[in-house]
Amino acid sequence: MSGNMNLTLKVWRQKNDKTRGKFITYQANGISPDMSFLEMLDVVNEGLVRKGEDPIHFDHDCREGICGMCSLHINGRPHGPKQGTTTCQLHMRSFHDGQTIVIEPWRAAAFPVIKDLAVDRTAFDRIQQAGGYVNVNTGGVPDANGIPIPKVVADEAFESATCIGCGACVAACKNASAMLFVSAKISQYALLPQGQTERYSRAQAMVAQMDTEGFGSCTNTGACEAECPVGIKLTNIARMNREYLTAKLFKEEEAH
Amino acid sequence: MLDSKVPAGPLAEKWSKHKFNLKLVNPANKRKYTIIVVGTGLAGSSAAASLAELGYNVKAFCYQDSPRRAHSIAAQGGINAAKNYQNDGDSVFRLFYDTIKGGDYRAREANVHRLAEVSVNIIDQCVAQGVPFAREYGGLLDNRSFGGAQVSRTFYARGQTGQQLLLGAYSALNRQINNGKVKMYNRHEMLDLVTIDGHARGIITRNMVTGAIESHEGHAVLLCTGGYGNVFFLSTNAMGCNVTAAWRAHKRGAFFGNPCYTQIHPTCIPVTGDHQSKLTLMSESLRNDGRVWVPKTVELAQKLRKGELKISDIKEADRDYYLERKYPSFGNLVPRDVASRNAKEVVDEGRGVGASGIAVFLDFEDAIKRLGEDAVRAKYGNLFDMYYQITDENPYKQPMRIYPAVHYTMGGLWVDYNLMTTVPGLYALGECNFSDHGANRLGASALMQGLADGYFVIPYTVGDYLAGLGFDPVDKNHPNFEKTRKQVEDNVHKLLSLKGSKTVDDIHKKLGHIMWEYCGMARNEAGLIKAKGLIQALKKEFWSDVTVLGENEEMNQSLEKAGRVADFLELGELMVDDALNRRESCGGHFREESQTDEGEAKRDDENFRYVAAWEYQGEDQPETLHKEALEFENVKLTQRSYK
Repeated sequence: MSGNMNLTLKVWRQKNDKTRGKFITYQANGISPDMSFLEMLDVVNEGLVRKGEDPIHFDHDCREGICGMCSLHINGRPHGPKQGTTTCQLHMRSFHDGQTIVIEPWRAAAFPVIKDLAVDRTAFDRIQQAGGYVNVNTGGVPDANGIPIPKVVADEAFESATCIGCGACVAACKNASAMLFVSAKISQYALLPQGQTERYSRAQAMVAQMDTEGFGSCTNTGACEAECPVGIKLTNIARMNREYLTAKLFKEEEAH
Repeated sequence: MLDSKVPAGPLAEKWSKHKFNLKLVNPANKRKYTIIVVGTGLAGSSAAASLAELGYNVKAFCYQDSPRRAHSIAAQGGINAAKNYQNDGDSVFRLFYDTIKGGDYRAREANVHRLAEVSVNIIDQCVAQGVPFAREYGGLLDNRSFGGAQVSRTFYARGQTGQQLLLGAYSALNRQINNGKVKMYNRHEMLDLVTIDGHARGIITRNMVTGAIESHEGHAVLLCTGGYGNVFFLSTNAMGCNVTAAWRAHKRGAFFGNPCYTQIHPTCIPVTGDHQSKLTLMSESLRNDGRVWVPKTVELAQKLRKGELKISDIKEADRDYYLERKYPSFGNLVPRDVASRNAKEVVDEGRGVGASGIAVFLDFEDAIKRLGEDAVRAKYGNLFDMYYQITDENPYKQPMRIYPAVHYTMGGLWVDYNLMTTVPGLYALGECNFSDHGANRLGASALMQGLADGYFVIPYTVGDYLAGLGFDPVDKNHPNFEKTRKQVEDNVHKLLSLKGSKTVDDIHKKLGHIMWEYCGMARNEAGLIKAKGLIQALKKEFWSDVTVLGENEEMNQSLEKAGRVADFLELGELMVDDALNRRESCGGHFREESQTDEGEAKRDDENFRYVAAWEYQGEDQPETLHKEALEFENVKLTQRSYK
């Protein structure tokens, strides 16, 4: 079933990280309002392939809003015009017939473009590798109910843990800061009893890696929170700053 | 003859005894071994982390841009464990029994019992890692009942259990990457298995950014590559989910077990048009309060579809609540396979709803009257919002439209009790093996199996194999590495030389239609034979008339897709062969020729109480069937009934 929306797309095309990119204009005709944004791009790509033109490359996988692989800056906003949603869950009914849509990759020095709209977000992985875990081996752990956690604490930790690692916070930030992402992980462990033993070394290691990756600083604008598809709160950043400051003032053993 | 290597002795003692009998690798010697792990979902991440903790060197691979994005992340409902925290009569044996029965007596007893045994350790492990499970006000873990189980044994983290468990396993993996014990390869796709003297000794991968086709050597290879539901084109799987790693291993000698067993989940958002790229699951829990119905007559359904009637114009007496009518004791809560087949039946009769006519109603009007809109919102708010967002219809005001969709594949690479395939040194874990769910998987059991295999089974069993190998490093100059790499390269260039008139998606969609029509919710001999011919013709069409653009030395999503669809075409034919061979109905496999007088699935235990394991014989050759007889010493085989 095709639809009746006709759109003009201005899409960032870039062969690889060594070449300069530019905007190319495409017409997307007969688009149904029931299509997701990525399905609209699928339709455009099928048309390109039929004409023998290289399809527009973009990252995507689950198309359910949970894997965090899809990205796209749509008309200047990460994940498009709707609040609290990823690009894969954005539908064409959020646009109108005749509209021009500008589609860009995440723009950040720490997220180099791989091709077209796909960027390299492995900096996020490296930050997690620096300390985003509890040092515990498989086996030899206490019974799950041996670690009671007040429900309010568990719920708050869960709110931080829902971050999908998409990078919209970085893309939204004028400084390309990764503070919201990093603080969400630090908060999850800072809140839970399991995370206490390495609380401060973790904060230092992750922040150091964040800086090494070349993300910018936080100037408390709040664009990250406004654009986060899963509603990660700015209070995480406040908590991270406190963790980091405490870590700098005291050694791990003195801080507890 | 297939040897499942199930140890002797009483069921409950098999695993403990087996663990003692398995050979160990001395801690100082573990660092002399390298293990390759393909896929970083629950099974892969947990295996890679646990093996690295033990001291092995691990190379881990995933096709996504980060290991955290594997499709385990999308699991909603929860994870089962026989903790009996609720004091409601659960036990290891009960979880074992429910899983065997739910699988319609087509799973191996010993594997399932082990799964139930280690389920309790999984929860402990995840909590220790900081996985934020749902909790009671007293601070202890909360449970819910799921998938029709009579006990509450499901642990959950809102509707995002898979995400939280995967992020837990990913954190353990990250820790080992940081320790230098795991070398992680993101955006790499496994394209072949390298065998030397019949043993798995490495893999060939394509770097999806640069196109480099590379060999990686290891003493053992673990495939943790998930299911093959995307053979149907439309499924609830992620877009990238594929069978390629498993299929290429199959072509190198790993038998494929029960390929026709697929799970079709009853409550998904229906297809709206040809543009549709994937289907979205709506949690099974909705059937607790929603009532499933269609109009009683074809005429009314037609008028509704054309918009001549509104839903509210259909009087109560003209609505057919067919599940409640046919299954008075279970009603809307019948198991997944039964609910799915009945939806298909009423749609096939012409009584379907929605513009396409391929949907049924899931109606909350009575629940809203009984409980109030606020109570319904508190229970299902996020699901209702998701439905509203996707369909633009308000489910508080009008019934949801739902239809079944492919969700999970129980079939997969055949493995023995040690999770080793028929290729020595090649293992299969999680959804990509066939072992634990028989012909139908119960809700909240997939996460359990993935983590059981990765955290608690493979760390023991792989050591037994390695201990018998000696300490020599794998000879990476062995000619088989270059030979296999060259074959992969040739295949890539063959794909890139295709310059026909069809897109890869054109062929994939056609394959999906064939599989769905003839090898989906109901199968019969005539249809399956027809499907086989259609798939063979489609395969020819693919290799003669498809177009694959671009070059290898770049990110090339056309090429990636083409390779995967080429493998799906071959797998599709094997699924049809397997479905043809299995002239009985069991679980998700419904052969129309084998049903009870009431139209329910009828097993044939005398002739089909076995695992069908298929051996590849070469291009376009029929595969050879091997059988593993299933022995049931601890449960009594019964006919499932939900009347």
